[in-house]
Order: sequence, then C-alpha cells, then structure tokens
Amino acid sequence: MSYGAWIILTGSLVGVSCGIVGCFLILRKMAMLADAISHTVLLGIVLAYLVSHSLEGIYMLVGAGIIGLLTAFLVQVLDTSGVQSDAAIGVVFTSLFALGVILLSAFAGKVHLDVNHALMGEITFIPWDTLTINGMDLGPSAVWMLGFVLILNLILIFFFYKEIKISSFDPAMATAIGIPVIFIHYLLMSMVSITTVASFDSVGAILVVAMLIVPGATAYLLTDRLIIMLCISAVIGVASAVGGYYAALAWNISISGSMASIAGLIFGLTFILSPKHGLLGKVLARRSISTQHS
Amino acid sequence: MWNEILLTLQDANTQWVLFGSILLGIASGVLGSFALLRKQSLIGDAMAHAALPGICIAFLLYGTKSIGWFLIGAALSGLLATYFIQSIIHHSRIKEDTAIGLVLSVFFGFGIVLLTKIAQSENGNQSGLDDFIFGQAASLVGNDVKVISSVAIVLLIITYLLFKELKLFTFDRQFAKGIGLPTGLLNALLMTLIVSAVVIGLQAVGVILMAAMLITPAISARYWTDRLDRMVIIAGGIGALSGTLGTILSSMANSLPTGPVIVIAATLMFLFSLVFAPKRGLVSKGVKLYKLRKEVARETVLQTLYDLTESTTTSGGEIEFTPQAIAERRPMSDRKLQANLLSLEKEGLVVNSGDKWKLTSNGAVESYEITLNNRLFETYLMYEMKFAHLQLAANDSWNYKELSAETLNELKGYMAVHDRTPKLDPELFATFGNHDEQKREVN
Amino acid sequence: MNPVDISNVTVAYDRKPVLQEVTFNVPEGKLIGIVGPNGAGKSTLIKAILGLVPTASGTVRIYGKPYKAQRKLVGYVPQRGSVDWDFPTNALDVVLMGRYGHIGWFKRPGKKDTKIAMQALDKVGMKEYADRQISQLSGGQQQRVFLARALAQDATVYFMDEPFVGVDAATEKAIIALLNELKAQGKTVLVVHHDLQTVKEYFDWTLLLNKRQVALGPTEEVFTIDNLQKTYGGRLAFLDQQVNQPFVQQ
Repeated sequence: MSYGAWIILTGSLVGVSCGIVGCFLILRKMAMLADAISHTVLLGIVLAYLVSHSLEGIYMLVGAGIIGLLTAFLVQVLDTSGVQSDAAIGVVFTSLFALGVILLSAFAGKVHLDVNHALMGEITFIPWDTLTINGMDLGPSAVWMLGFVLILNLILIFFFYKEIKISSFDPAMATAIGIPVIFIHYLLMSMVSITTVASFDSVGAILVVAMLIVPGATAYLLTDRLIIMLCISAVIGVASAVGGYYAALAWNISISGSMASIAGLIFGLTFILSPKHGLLGKVLARRSISTQHS
Repeated sequence: MWNEILLTLQDANTQWVLFGSILLGIASGVLGSFALLRKQSLIGDAMAHAALPGICIAFLLYGTKSIGWFLIGAALSGLLATYFIQSIIHHSRIKEDTAIGLVLSVFFGFGIVLLTKIAQSENGNQSGLDDFIFGQAASLVGNDVKVISSVAIVLLIITYLLFKELKLFTFDRQFAKGIGLPTGLLNALLMTLIVSAVVIGLQAVGVILMAAMLITPAISARYWTDRLDRMVIIAGGIGALSGTLGTILSSMANSLPTGPVIVIAATLMFLFSLVFAPKRGLVSKGVKLYKLRKEVARETVLQTLYDLTESTTTSGGEIEFTPQAIAERRPMSDRKLQANLLSLEKEGLVVNSGDKWKLTSNGAVESYEITLNNRLFETYLMYEMKFAHLQLAANDSWNYKELSAETLNELKGYMAVHDRTPKLDPELFATFGNHDEQKREVN
Repeated sequence: MNPVDISNVTVAYDRKPVLQEVTFNVPEGKLIGIVGPNGAGKSTLIKAILGLVPTASGTVRIYGKPYKAQRKLVGYVPQRGSVDWDFPTNALDVVLMGRYGHIGWFKRPGKKDTKIAMQALDKVGMKEYADRQISQLSGGQQQRVFLARALAQDATVYFMDEPFVGVDAATEKAIIALLNELKAQGKTVLVVHHDLQTVKEYFDWTLLLNKRQVALGPTEEVFTIDNLQKTYGGRLAFLDQQVNQPFVQQ
C-alpha cells in the first residue's frame, strides 16, 4: 500500500471508531466529558511510560484506560460533593492535563513524545512505524492498534446495544428492569479512553475530540434512527479523514487539523441544509405552513 | 531555594511578567466568577480554544507578532465561537455540551491548520505562535505586559462600575429585564469581558488550559463565601496567587511551560478549599454529618423505645424490649444499636435487665421530647406549603420550642388529626416505671 | 398473596423524612390512585418500590418476594418529562424497550417481541405511528407510547407516574379504557394522580398519601372530606367543592 493510503486508512479508522462511540456521548449529553477524557489520557500515557519504560501500545491502552475512568470518576465525585457539573469537568481535565504536560516536560529527555505531538499527532510518521513479527512487515502498528480498538468497540456495542440504548434514553426505566446503568456508563467511558489513546498517537488529542463529537452531531441532524445515526456518523468520520488528507496534501497543512476542519465544514453544511433538522428545512417548513394558512 | 527565588525576582523582565500574571489572575478570577454562576464555565474553554485561529489570522494579515492585533483577532474569533455555540443550540436539537465541544474542536483544528501554514511562510519561524498553545510567560516582553495589564485594569474597572447590574443580571435575568435593564446589552458586555479575560491570558497560560483560570479560582472562592462581592474578591486573590506561583516556578525551571504550572497551583488551592473550607468544605461537612448521624442514631433509639412503649402500654403490656424488637421497628446494625444503648445507659436514660431494655423516668422525659419534636417536624413537612410564610427552621435545626404558641397549636392540631400526638406522657410513664426501678435499686 | 405488600417503608435524607413508615398492601385486580398534595412523596413511593431511590428502612414485596426477584412481573410508566424526546428512535422502538427485561443479555428483540410491541401500540391507538420519530409525537401520543411500552412489559402489576399530566382528552379516554382493560384481566395498577375531581371516577381504590399514608381502601370509603382534610390540611371549603362538584378546576 502506498504512503497516502496508509494515512487515509489510519484517519478513517479513527473516524469510524470515534464516530460510533461519539454518538452515544452526544445522546447522553456527555460530549464535554469526552473532551475532558481525550485531554487527560495524556497523563495516562506519560504515567504508563514512566512505569513501564516502554511505548508499547498495550501499556498505553491500560494507562489511558485507567486515567480515563479516573477522570469520569473524579468528575462524578466533585459533582456529588456539590460542585456544579460544568465546573467539575473543567477543574478535573485542566488539572490532570496540566499534570501530564508538566511530567512530560520534566522527563522530556526520556519520553519519546512531546507536547505538540500529543496535541496534533504525527500522522505523517505513521506509515514508517511498522509492526514486524518474525521479520515480516505487517504494516503500520498504529493501523493494527486502531483496528483492534475499532473491533473491540464494535463487539461491545453489538453485545450491549440494547442496554446502552435504553440506559441512554431512559435510565430510570433501565434501572427498574435491572440493567446495571452505572456499569454501562463506565463501559462507555472505557471505550472513549481506549479509542482516544489509540487515536492519540496518530491524530492528537484535538482531532480525537473533533472526531468524537462532530460526525455524531452531524448524523444527529440527519436521521431519527439510532442505528442509522451510528452508520452516518462513521461515514462522516471517514469522509472527514479522506477529505482532510487531500486538503492537507493540496495546501501542505497539518493533516489532523485539516481533518477536523473538514469535519466542521461537513457539519456546517448539514446544519444549514439538512432536510429535517437544518436551518433551511425549518425555514421551508415554516413557509409551507404559512402558505397553507394564507 | 529562597535565594534563587529572590534572584529570579530581581530580573526586570520577570518583574514585568509577574506583574502581568497577577493582574491576569485577578481579572480571570473575577470574570470567571460570573461565568461560573451563569453555568458558562465551559464556554470559556471554547472561547480559549477558538482564539487560536483568530490569532493566526491576525498574524497572517498583519505580518508580524503584535499583541494588540492578536488580542483583537482572538477576541473576535472567541466571540464568533460563542455566537456559533448559541445559534447551534437555538436552531437545532443539538444540546449545549455537544455544541461547545463541536465548536471548540473545529475552531482549534482550523487554528492548527493556520499554524502549519504560518510555519511554512518566511517569517513563520520567529512567530512564536506555538507559545499560545501551552503558554510561556517568559516569552512576554515589556510591551506585551503593558497591553495585557491595561486590558486587565480596564476589565476590572468596568466590572467594578457595573457590579450591581452584572450581579442582578447573573442572578435573575428575567427580573433584570423586568426592572428595565438592557439585558441583551449586558449579555453582550459580559461575554466580551469574559472573552477579553480569556485572550489576555492566552500568551501566559495557553489556549488549552486558559479555561482553568476562569473556572478553578472561581469555584474555589465559592467554598469560602455565599456573597458574590466577596466571592469575586477571593477568586481574584486566588487567581493572582496562582499566577504568581506559576510564573516564579516556571521561570526558575526553564523547561516547564507556565500555563500548566499556574493551573496546578490553582488546582491545589481548589483542593485545599474543597477539603478545608469552613461550612462547605469536606472536613467540615464530614464532621457535621458525623455529628448529625450520631445524634440521629441516639434519637432513633430513644424514639423507637418510646414508640414501642407507647404502642404496648396503651394496651397495658410490655415496657421492656429486646434489641431485636428495636431493630425490627427501625433497622440499625447490631453494633451501632448496642453502642447507642450502652451510651444511653451511661446517660441514665435506659436500663437493661437481661437482654431487654427499657426507658428510665429521665429517659421517658427525654424520649417524649424527641418524639414530640420529630412528630411535629413531620407534621410541619406534611403541610410545608401552609406554613411557608412563617419561614420556619428546617431540617437539622428544627426545634419546636422556637415556634410561636399560635403555630405550635396549629401544628399540634394537625398532629392530632393524624393520630400522631405522643400518647405516653412522662408523668403517666412514671406511674408504672417507678415500681420497677425501685425493685432494681433494692436488688 | 398480595400483588404489592409494603411494610414500614421510610425514605429520608438524614433527618428530613420524605416518606414515613408507609405500610400497606393492595388486593389483586384493582385500579389504585395514589393521591396527595405536592411533595407528599407520591413519585418517591413508586421509585422506592422499584428500587430507584434508597430506602432507610422497610420491606417491599411483590407477590411475596423482593422486587429484584419479581422484575418481570412489574411494569413501569415514568413521568413523560423524565426523558429526552429528541432521542433518535421511533415509537415502535421505545415500546420494544419494554421487552428488554424479558429478553436478557446479548439477545435482540425477535419477531415475537415486535408482534407484542405492535399489539401494545394498537391497544393505545398508536399503531399507525409506529415509525414516527418520538419528538414528532404530541404530548398525549408520547404518553401513549410510554403506556404501550409498559403493556409490552407484559406485567401483572403496573406503576404509573402521573400519566394524565398534560395529555389531551382523547388520550385521557384511551388511558382510562386501557386501565379498565388491565383491571378486567386481573392486573393491579397503581397510578400517581393529582387531579382530585377525577379520582372517584377513575379509581376503585385510593391511597391518600402525605409523607405518611393517610388512608387506603375502596374509593367510596376513603375519599371522604374528612380524609382529604387530613391529607391536604384544613382547606375545607375548597375541598368540599372538589369532592362534591366534579366541575371545579383543580
């Protein structure tokens, strides 16, 4: 596969993974918690490195998973101890992220990671960091990791689909019929964490947030069926990745920044043009009502 | 250590930077208080992230680094982002948190795009725009500090002059509108003030963590007071202190970016407030809760004994009860029940014979009072609406003796309607209690 | 065995009681209105029975066993305002959620479940709206979808939290018809209700509640001026109108 194809594949895997998980976050009104987690996993990665002295994917996943859950947990704790929830998210994510940045700077010589890398990713290097087993070159390791996380997410969503759905729509009913709503909450938060960390290395924190929220929000304006929303969101994730890559190529700009911008552009167009929930659709509907009445 | 700090402080540039950080901390603490109370903390986060493309565009248009143009560019794109967030919420089914995250990440992504574009241009390398991401107070030069400080002072003066109006607007927008305040204008003004506080902090703290400067000092201050004027002052103080600590530490250790250090300093103050603040802090709340639980447990045991005695003696039966009977009436762990019974015994309120317990005559008086008080409180809660105008004490500070005779009579009337009047008068109790006690004394 | 048997249930936040020592049991096959002033703990009672709020003491038995063991026997209609109706799903899908408790982990609703759900929609007169996105339903229609979901739970005991609030006349009639049908099938339905003027008409039993339980029994015995006065406080003249003249706006 060519260099460009690997990058597009990497970006698309991020788009699909984040796009699907993101839908649930939007429906559960937890987009900002996801934003928080995608920042704090930096601390998880740094700590995982300091403990294991290795940049192996599995340590990163575990470290980030733990810190991601910790973020969700701390927000919950502050929330229940009376801090209003937006401020709770703000305090937790800024402090854990700041701690991550400070540790990263303090051990700068030792960690093969820098802050800008964490933020913007190094998708251009992805194709060269390949996974080799028994001398066989199996392609970029990031693709393997993202593929693994995507499959894990799909399996979890497949098996827990109806539980996630009902606990997102009507948590009281879900509890009443015996669904462990809290378990489902932390399951989703773990999915966000591992998705973030798998995507982190290639596209950086900021694109992860964009990919988690923007495709899902766009899909939310286009359909009234959850399953279709998940599919549209995944497609928009891929479209942003592909479009972003070519835009970056054309103007020679940051690939991940460009992917986020394209995602934003797609959202903007949908926001205006969506037949049911777009601005234009609403204006037209209003006009047709007023003509009917006149 | 101290020498080092003094040495750092003697440097003229550091003094400038420190001065700037302090003013910045005050301004963001003060305006953050308003953002917090309007539940718009995370909009501050979006404003900060969204400032990045504004700064880049200002650079692309103007050609060199200029703090004035940066501030204008940042403020404009921050306001644009706020406008987008509000219109997404208003015009679609998308909720606030998603709208904030969406605008934040897209603006920031676009900012990164512009940043890479600038890096490729001729004078891109010395632009130092990267500093805006994590903040580098040391990169501030005298001129920057002058501009930042002037803006901060202007923000503080405006807030001071319009404090009364902003307070009312934040607390009750409808009412503010009702008495004829221009709420649309005030909203725009407050947003502009918050955006300005955000943008002057960007160079020192950075876009990602600037939200902390708005949120953390304000939420910490909330723990120490219930009054907005004091909260604003305390938040300003905490902001200033974080700014000072962050600047000094990061200028001593060159590799540390200023923003994160300031944020950690502010977070430590938050944690301190969270744990130790009087009244609202966890320690004080914990102590209060512990005392309350203890008191409630003691009262529960006494009241349960009273209830049991009341229900049996009116039919002329038992006045001694096993712990099991008590626990059955109001569940409590064995150990807790035993401990409470023993301490009540020490107080001389209960006595035991074998494995059964009964109230002493003192215990009867005490438990009667407790039962009466609690039943009156229950009755009051049943008719809370009717007594709302009296503004009676609620919850843990309820004491029927503080009620007016009139209210008490009315409550007692309702209590009687529900058959909740304590039937077992302590004097009545004495008539069949004494006999037993005398017998015990003889033994 | 009684469908609902509650003894000594107390819900309290530290010292502030929300429900006090509620003890009652209801016979099978009755429509029971739970009536009381605002803040009397009516919804809390249902939530405590369903394990949605922690109880300080007391026991709840559904047909002689704890709620957790009897979940499949219980249907629940929460307040309409408790969910986000913008959720991307259609009416049929919401009704299918009523089947989730029966389906168990990892399995999907099958044809049988869809059939049950469609029948439930049909019963509330919403069959033709099965594919409609839930935000495009009127308030009354949303309430009917919730009722259909409870029907799909195929329960023996139903708990409904304010199903009559904010619904149109047609829906109100549909709900009443449904309640009577459930009753005819020998099912027990407990309904939180706050419109005093319709209590006598709708429910054969009434539970009067104000933090404590004031009275429980057949409506004609329990729904008296005296008991209402006990429940609502001494606004006698006002209550007199409520009971004797069913036209007064509540």
